[in-house]
Amino acid sequence: MCGIVGLFLKDKSLEPMLGAMLTDMLITMTDRGPDSAGIAIYGGAGDGAGKITVQSANPLVDFANLDADLHDSLGVPVLMLVKSTHAVLEIPSDQMDAARSALASLRPAVKVMSAGDSLEIYKEVGLPRDVAARFDVTKMHGTHGIGHTRMATESAVTTMGAHPFSTGPDQCLVHNGSLSNHNGLRRELIREGMTFETQNDTEVAAAYVSHKLKSGMNLGQALEAGLEDLDGFYTFVVGTKDGFGVVRDPIACKPAVMAETDQYVAFGSEFRAMVNLPGIETARVWEPEPATVYFWNH
Amino acid sequence: MQTFDLAARGLRELNQTLHSLQGTTNQTAWEIVNTKGSHSIAVGVDAPLDITVQGTTGYYCAGMNKQATIRIKGNAGPGVAENMMSGSVIIDGDASQYAGATGRGGLLVIKGNASSRCGISMKGIEIVVHGNIGHMSAFMAQTGALVVCGDAGEALGDSLYEARLYVRGSVKSLGADCIEKEMRPEHLAQLADLLKRGESDANPADFKRYGSARKLYTFNIDNAAAY
Repeated sequence: MCGIVGLFLKDKSLEPMLGAMLTDMLITMTDRGPDSAGIAIYGGAGDGAGKITVQSANPLVDFANLDADLHDSLGVPVLMLVKSTHAVLEIPSDQMDAARSALASLRPAVKVMSAGDSLEIYKEVGLPRDVAARFDVTKMHGTHGIGHTRMATESAVTTMGAHPFSTGPDQCLVHNGSLSNHNGLRRELIREGMTFETQNDTEVAAAYVSHKLKSGMNLGQALEAGLEDLDGFYTFVVGTKDGFGVVRDPIACKPAVMAETDQYVAFGSEFRAMVNLPGIETARVWEPEPATVYFWNH
Repeated sequence: MQTFDLAARGLRELNQTLHSLQGTTNQTAWEIVNTKGSHSIAVGVDAPLDITVQGTTGYYCAGMNKQATIRIKGNAGPGVAENMMSGSVIIDGDASQYAGATGRGGLLVIKGNASSRCGISMKGIEIVVHGNIGHMSAFMAQTGALVVCGDAGEALGDSLYEARLYVRGSVKSLGADCIEKEMRPEHLAQLADLLKRGESDANPADFKRYGSARKLYTFNIDNAAAY
């Protein structure tokens, strides 16, 4: 069992409240997944700057002078905002690949959570309430976001095993369920040049979608292809820079509820997660159909 | 009318209060407010109460109901009226997965749509759905009746025993050993009665009946060598 929440805003006036709304939804899903939690927020894109969210088990050591060291190595301005075990590095977009290589040699123990123009991912082991507080998620602005509360079944309870998984620029995926053909698929994706950080099944689904997007498919096409190739139980919620997608496997035993108003599209593993959203009383509420792809774009 | 504020008093107190009304009571009309999608609302009631749940419910609302009439003024989450024994449960909106699963008696009315596995393993419950039902509905249904005024999803009535299924709209596919059957006068009479009690004005003549071909669950002497 796991809990998923997602919010895709249509009304710009809600953007300053995205972090607070998602945090409320996430905490409601604590009893579906109390062992770890994570949140992906899309916001603040543009101005030729990219963002890399990094994580360290020893932030005091790893993040000390990391901005200065990257600046020395790349010769461009680097801004760093440290939040507990995570840090967001702002780097000129054309230096993102160079920055990732530099990071790997400057701080080999640091893990990259996400990279792109607008995505930031924060995830840790612990109760959703504590994870959200640790990263001050309630204060975050954004256009859309996805959260996950994890009850682990397929791999260890670690920071890297928590969701969301990001395997491509501004892409992330969360999962409720378990895949049965992830080992074979991982080998195929490795041959295609994808890289993996964990033995987790969900990371394979994320990399699968990233690989399809890289080959030129849009989010809807990538998720349609996944219905053929991914075997197992799943409700996936996927984010891209300007998109938000949902798909359930054909058996559809992992729960899912959606709500839409003029202001937003919301996803919850249960309706409970959505009860405090504005206008939920009059929202169109429905259960997504099995083996059916839903996606929205800004 | 007794009003119970679920947000203020909590689930355990709600169900304890309703359970304590077993036997004789004159407090028969109850309204539950501030449900916020909570789980297990009004589970295990065993008294002739009239309960109105104002709002959407989470998992297992009205499970194991005996005697009570429970109305949900919203959508119902997974497993609504699971293993109902008697009484009735009426949902104004949609019902999620496995509504009325394993129900032994009583009447479940869903005014909207029901999703997958509606009436799975039903054992005597009567279910009337005004809208559509999802895949694998009435899987291994043993007895009772399922009426669908809309369409049915894939694998309707798979491995069916003796439950009767009535569908007005299309059936995406029939499950193993489920076949269309002749609608005889006694079936039309049963359907008319179910539609009336289920608050539907649909015409029984527009429905088709489905049931078990009885090839899967009955012992066949030709297969004796396989045992």
